[in-house]
Amino acid sequence: MQLTGAEIVIRCLQEEGVEYVFGYPGGAVLNLYDELFKQEQVKHVLVRHEQGAAHAADGYSRSSHKVGVCLVTSGPGVTNAVTGIATAYMDSIPMVVLTGQVPTHAIGQDAFQECDTVGITRPCVKHNFLVKDVAQLAVTIKKAFYLAQTGRPGPVLVDIPKDVTQAKAEYHYPKSVALRSYNPVTRGHAGQIKKAVQLLLEAKRPMVYAGGGVVLNNASAQLTRLVRLLGFPCTTTLMGLGGFPGGDPQFTGLPGMHGTYESNMAMQNCDVLIAIGSRFDDRVIGNPAHFFRADRKIIHIDIDPSSISKRVKVDVPIVGYVAEVLDEMLRLIESSPQRPDPQALKEWWAEIKEWQRKDCLRYDRKSALIKPQYVVEKLYEITGGDAIVTSDVGQHQMWVAQYYKFDKPRRWINSGGLGTMGFGLPAAMGAFLANPGATVACVTGEASIQMCIQELSTCKQYHLPIKIVNLNNKYMGMVRQWQEFFYGNRYAESYMDALPDFTRLAEAYGHVGMKIEKPGDVEGALREAFKQKDRLVFLDFITDQAENVFPMVPGGKGLTEMILAEEL
Amino acid sequence: MRHILSILVENEAGALSRISGLFSARGYNIESLTVAPTEDETMSRMTIVTVGSDDVIEQITKQLNKLVEVVKVVDLTDGNHIERELMLVKVRAAGKDRDEMKRLADIFRGRILDVTDKSYTIELTGPGEKLDAFLQALEPGVILETVRTGASGIGRGERILRV
Repeated sequence: MQLTGAEIVIRCLQEEGVEYVFGYPGGAVLNLYDELFKQEQVKHVLVRHEQGAAHAADGYSRSSHKVGVCLVTSGPGVTNAVTGIATAYMDSIPMVVLTGQVPTHAIGQDAFQECDTVGITRPCVKHNFLVKDVAQLAVTIKKAFYLAQTGRPGPVLVDIPKDVTQAKAEYHYPKSVALRSYNPVTRGHAGQIKKAVQLLLEAKRPMVYAGGGVVLNNASAQLTRLVRLLGFPCTTTLMGLGGFPGGDPQFTGLPGMHGTYESNMAMQNCDVLIAIGSRFDDRVIGNPAHFFRADRKIIHIDIDPSSISKRVKVDVPIVGYVAEVLDEMLRLIESSPQRPDPQALKEWWAEIKEWQRKDCLRYDRKSALIKPQYVVEKLYEITGGDAIVTSDVGQHQMWVAQYYKFDKPRRWINSGGLGTMGFGLPAAMGAFLANPGATVACVTGEASIQMCIQELSTCKQYHLPIKIVNLNNKYMGMVRQWQEFFYGNRYAESYMDALPDFTRLAEAYGHVGMKIEKPGDVEGALREAFKQKDRLVFLDFITDQAENVFPMVPGGKGLTEMILAEEL
Repeated sequence: MRHILSILVENEAGALSRISGLFSARGYNIESLTVAPTEDETMSRMTIVTVGSDDVIEQITKQLNKLVEVVKVVDLTDGNHIERELMLVKVRAAGKDRDEMKRLADIFRGRILDVTDKSYTIELTGPGEKLDAFLQALEPGVILETVRTGASGIGRGERILRV
């Protein structure tokens, strides 16, 4: 059957079972929009800025394990989306980005709304394609979906010139594709797995350090079983939160720059460290030279060989899907009579408990000002720990990571790698659409929220009852914190003067706005907001301007060289 | 240390820029890069000469393998290999120097491809050091123009790089 390129694209999306496309129309994609209009299976969500489209597709994927899809036009449509694409790339989120391009004969002519999409996005996608022949369209889209979700996932972009969407070709959607140049190793090496298990069983001071790979590969159940079976302490990175239950006594909290005292001390002082779907990044291990002063054996499981021994040399590398490798490890441990030395483990736990006594996350609960940590704790209480929480980037992000105990994966949606302000609100839209009826909160700050605030309009159009928890300290809080610590209190451009009245702004967009200025009103306001199941409520919490995130490992310092709240 | 990486890559538009982009984005060195299609037209063979510590070379190899269009990567310097480079050099060849230039080209087993009253264009192949040595053997000032391909490499003996 002969179909136009535009018809082919929509048919492919239908075949892939795509529910939502987040996008924004424009000249180069008019044919595609016309075909979207003619059918009902694939629903389109009209954002107000292309960055929002990419973030929404991203949030949709993170909260559901499905591929997020966005559609933008050529030129500025693409460049606006780049921030969102790069965000997804840094956190390995499976996405397919469809972009319009000027007609093939106009490419290279500096045509209206032309840009070198494939060139601009090359460093921030897993792969990208420019389709010049309509006959290649269906197979290319199939490849895009295949590449996005296999191996180490990531965004894949398909650039489609306008004339290709008009041209006709025989339509056939392949059931599967194989690429001779792309064969990720998914099964861990049996010998290496055996070696790793032996190390774990002989460990006296073990530490489990799990990351986003556990969440992405749906390996939480395996991780939880392994940690409980062995009785080991477990930390999960910012991207791994929820991969192991946050309320579990074996969970030691976040590691790294704003990690807990106990997690960082255990990371440094353990004798066997098992890294699972995590990548030893600079925010997690601090100064690598300092990290290496301690003598420990390291096991590293990751789907991406280039993540292994990139920053830290490891003793037992295992390349493969985390879930499959953990399954194999569990099988070996369960069939072995050997268990880790209980006495050694008891002593190790005693040491960890001693570190925990520092109570590194305590804060002033008697303050007359609203403490942001308190808001997050109340949010946790009121949502029963069961909300999908998105965030933007900065202090509020760290406070959620520290104080909201995520018991399940895919409930914590944040930009960990790229650190993109403006991510929270559009990501929350995607998360809600992927999980209709779920409680979705976006914890943000008055600086971050303004970077994609236009999406309040999208929320109105599609009735997305997100609860926005704005921790408003009238500062770019994390910038201010660094300026306080490292720049002699010179708050260069980190103060936000002339802030809008967020209550009225929310109302102007057709939502409910609330302003909360006293600690005594926090709980009541949150309860009232979450009762309004069908409305977006913007909660503007006026918080303590001077509050900082502790503990903190200053940039370039070792993991155990933490600044704790009491030291100031 | 100097390494010669041999890469089989899909012969597709953009593959070269993906590879060169990887080197610049991650701060790796490229000393030379050559590329051309193989006997199988769907595939190109690339030789990249790079410099780096073992850790860096390991990362380069892994990062190259991660590119979707890269089929295979081999570090030729891991084993015995042959390395050749082609150079075309245009030299001043007039007066009493003219015979001397011819002799020098013969010594280095160069071939004179083009002749004018005042110049020779010489073709020379060999490992990079041989080409360097030839250039050094010339009087300063006689070199009018040089063009070098960069190294191409292949494993010795039974070592074969193919799909």
